Amino acid sequence: MEALPNSPVISLPAMQKTQTTIRQEETAFVTLSIAEQLCGIPVLGVRDVLNEQQITRIPLAPPEIAGNLNLRGRIVTAIDVRRRLHLPPAPAGMRRMAVVAERGNELYALLVDQVHEVLNLSANDFESNPPNLLPNWAAHSAGIYRLKDRLMIVLDVAKLLSLSDQRH
Amino acid sequence: MRRAISPQRQAPKEYAMDDLLADFITETSENLAELDVALVKLEQVPGDIATLSLIFRLVHTIKGTCGFLGLARLERVAHAAENVLGMLREGRLTPTAEIVSLILTTADQIKRILAGLAETGQEPAGDDEALIAALNAAAAGEKPPVTAAEPTVAPEAALAAAPAAEMPAAPAEPPQPQPQAEQPQAQEPQPAPAEAARQAAPVVSPADSASPAEAAPSAQTIRVSVDVLEHLMTLVSELVLTRNQLLQLARKQENAAFSLPLQRLSQITSELQEGVMKSRMQPIGNAWNKLPRLVRDLSHELGKKIELVMHGAETELDRQVLELIKDPLTHMVRNSADHGLESPEERRAADKPETGRISLNAFHEGGHIIIEVSDDGRGLSTERIRAKALALGLATEAELAAMSESQIQRFIFRAGFSTAANVSAVSGRGVGMDVVKTNVERIGGTIDVKSVPGLGTTFTIKIPLTLAIVSALIVEAGGERFAIPQISVQELVHARTHGNGNEAQPVIERINTTLVLRLRNRLLPLVALNELLQLAPFSIEEQAHYYVIVVQVGANLFGIIVDRIFDTEEIVVKPVAAILRHITLFSGNTILGDGSVIMILDINGMARAIGLNAEEEKYLQGKMLSSETAVETEKTNMLLFRAGSSMIKAVPLALVARLEDIPREQIEHVSGGKVTQYRGQLMPLISMHDQESEEPTQAVLVFNDRGRIMGLMVDEILDIVATELRIELGAARPGLLGTAVIAGHATDIVDISYWLTQAHQDWFSITKVEQAETAARLLVVEDSDFFRDLIGPMLNASGYHVTAVPTAVQALRLRDDGQTFDAIISDIEMPEMDGFAFARAVRAGGPWRTLPMIALSSRSSDADKNTARESGFTDYVVKFDREALIASIRHCLARPPAPALAA
Repeated sequence: MEALPNSPVISLPAMQKTQTTIRQEETAFVTLSIAEQLCGIPVLGVRDVLNEQQITRIPLAPPEIAGNLNLRGRIVTAIDVRRRLHLPPAPAGMRRMAVVAERGNELYALLVDQVHEVLNLSANDFESNPPNLLPNWAAHSAGIYRLKDRLMIVLDVAKLLSLSDQRH
Repeated sequence: MRRAISPQRQAPKEYAMDDLLADFITETSENLAELDVALVKLEQVPGDIATLSLIFRLVHTIKGTCGFLGLARLERVAHAAENVLGMLREGRLTPTAEIVSLILTTADQIKRILAGLAETGQEPAGDDEALIAALNAAAAGEKPPVTAAEPTVAPEAALAAAPAAEMPAAPAEPPQPQPQAEQPQAQEPQPAPAEAARQAAPVVSPADSASPAEAAPSAQTIRVSVDVLEHLMTLVSELVLTRNQLLQLARKQENAAFSLPLQRLSQITSELQEGVMKSRMQPIGNAWNKLPRLVRDLSHELGKKIELVMHGAETELDRQVLELIKDPLTHMVRNSADHGLESPEERRAADKPETGRISLNAFHEGGHIIIEVSDDGRGLSTERIRAKALALGLATEAELAAMSESQIQRFIFRAGFSTAANVSAVSGRGVGMDVVKTNVERIGGTIDVKSVPGLGTTFTIKIPLTLAIVSALIVEAGGERFAIPQISVQELVHARTHGNGNEAQPVIERINTTLVLRLRNRLLPLVALNELLQLAPFSIEEQAHYYVIVVQVGANLFGIIVDRIFDTEEIVVKPVAAILRHITLFSGNTILGDGSVIMILDINGMARAIGLNAEEEKYLQGKMLSSETAVETEKTNMLLFRAGSSMIKAVPLALVARLEDIPREQIEHVSGGKVTQYRGQLMPLISMHDQESEEPTQAVLVFNDRGRIMGLMVDEILDIVATELRIELGAARPGLLGTAVIAGHATDIVDISYWLTQAHQDWFSITKVEQAETAARLLVVEDSDFFRDLIGPMLNASGYHVTAVPTAVQALRLRDDGQTFDAIISDIEMPEMDGFAFARAVRAGGPWRTLPMIALSSRSSDADKNTARESGFTDYVVKFDREALIASIRHCLARPPAPALAA
């Protein structure tokens, strides 16, 4: 993978290097926050991490779709994860970041509040969704990791991106 | 998938089979060259499994392909060899020197058969039994009796010569380097094998007699994988975008030091883009080459006699477009054969040649490629389509009644629409014209149909040359920018929201809540992009002016109101993300020069969104706002009226000066007819029939020309409609040009020039003085009744006085009778005396010696043109190019008659 002119927060080679050193039962996650909630996406599914971008809105698109952005000549569809999870919109002026994921040869940018560090998490700390997890979260969560001081929801990227399945 | 892009392949081909064969020979020759190398390697490293596998695979491919092509001899040899190789590969047999030799001998034998195949197009006769027996014996584990196998080529010799030259036959073939393009439509199967030979040449024949001149053109072709080309195209597209970005930056900084190198870069980029595009171009013939076979099969299956004529097979277009257009074309040809053409009995009954004709025609036109698929069959049955549309609830009876013939015909593009009385195995396979239309539109093209009952149907497809880069107009609405493909844009209009339509500037008006644009004499539906895309509420009152982009979908025009219009830009179309595909208003998205992402509007989708179905054309198409005369580029405004019979009659509105109701008591009878006082002069009144009307007033169409007026008495003025005028012939009586279908009704087209001469015998002598050319008398010599009937009225309608005779002999008789003309238009191919002889006879002497003569011929070769000129023709026009003929007549008449022209 190449260096990011879009001022990346974490360079991917670095992330992957981390990954190679972990033990087998550990998984590396890009951690991020959405409306104060810590979430994680498996690092292998992440193509890029972007700072705030210029996004062109797309008329008539579902509200979860924030618009299109230009990532080094490729058109990337930006998904507003807050909207996708039916959370209140981001406070005005918040400089949101994005995690780029690939699905079926197309790139999608997941707009989140903040992207943090990459964590290697042990399978021992993994739990499936608690039954009382709010349905909007539960619908897009692949499970929970118990961290030292807080919980991290594993976002199911495929479900986040399967907008078309729910349309109409 | 690999594809050759050699110029040699671009020669049009006539027979699918020959083409397959040519491909096969090229491919097999390549494989054999590879085989030679592999065999040598096997000799050196006998047990190498990888080499064995390769050899096995190559022979297996040869066997498989020739089985498919029905090359029995080759297949048997390859099959026997494959057996042995299979056992070698599985280790059940060890590759002894004898076995390797045997394989080599087999390879030689394959080459020999292939050489014969390349030369004659057929497998040469010969006996391979000994070789096959030896191979079978080897497979059975016996010691192969090498001597039994073809002793002519010693294995060692083959080895030494490998990989190049074992084929003494190949160089002796007739590979005239590039003459193929000169004779594109050769009927005999000869050219294809010859071409095949040339294709085979680079691999099999560089050895002895091949001269450098011969070898050079073959060496200039290489095979490139399509993936490589695709990748190159993507890179170039990106390069173009980056270049555009740079240019945009540079524009903001004047005197920048990099502006000069940037210019250079820009130019090189453009050239590179062109070059890469060119490398992807393929002749459309490649999409056609399976059609002759298809048509042949269909003609058997359907019991019809069908002739397939292909023109413009060398027309090039992007291979991606080519791939996408293949299936629709095949389907359309199938349709024409099945539905379009009649059975031989029906054709005989209709006085047509038994053999039906399907023509494919391709040509370039303004950055697009036009493909026409036409047949001379029964034409579309408007009645049946009408009934079906009604049954399917696609339109009401009233709507249908208001539709023109062509509007009704376009129903065939609707989903689930098939008027075939019985679904046949050939074209009733669940794919209709709607699928064709969808496919054509998917690649940014348009499709149209024209059909004349009894004469046939023509489908016209217009597609972009390439999909990769298109020119688009960038507009803004609701603060966002959008791209509109230039192909759809007809014109840009700055329209006012107030005022009346008589002024030059177009006006936006509303009918209830519907916005329409009054543009010249038409009302176009309008849509505000803001509103359609739900970007912002739109109120027409807000501004005094709006920018309107007039776009065309099918036969429809509509206007799009935008906030701003920017430049046109070359854009690289990228597909929209899967989760956005349900939005039918966008056909793709792109990145602009400034790096921003914008959506590309899908004009077809927009038309559907505003209820303007290309097929329905329900909108106020061509409705006249006033009786002011105007002639659209393609449509003619026709005044419809009734006079005498119940048959509706029509004249071009442009010819009518006024419509008047004259009180009956003001009509006076004078000797020779009726007159009335009109604006201070006597106006002759002409009736198209003898019956006297009892109405208190008489409706009159007033024609006015250079101070002379004439009134044509009619019973009732019906309507004014804009229509594409297609006069069908055969029904012409004096005073009528023929019949056309206007607004769904058969309508007589009135020959005004005839009635004008009825009113004023001297009408044309006046006009002749004032405007010599329009009243010119033309002599048309044409043996075909059809063309004579076509040209005569057409020239008549153009204001000429036409005398038509079927033979040159009759024409010369007219000369001897002392008749005079201003110009002669003559066919070339005629019985008795042909056009050349006729021209020489005219030039030889007599009163016609200096007349301009225009040759009319279906042959368009330079040789024909030269012969025509040498015979004394002034000009040469290809049948049947109406515009060219008129232009030529004008041109000829404008010149002073001079014998020098005949030189």
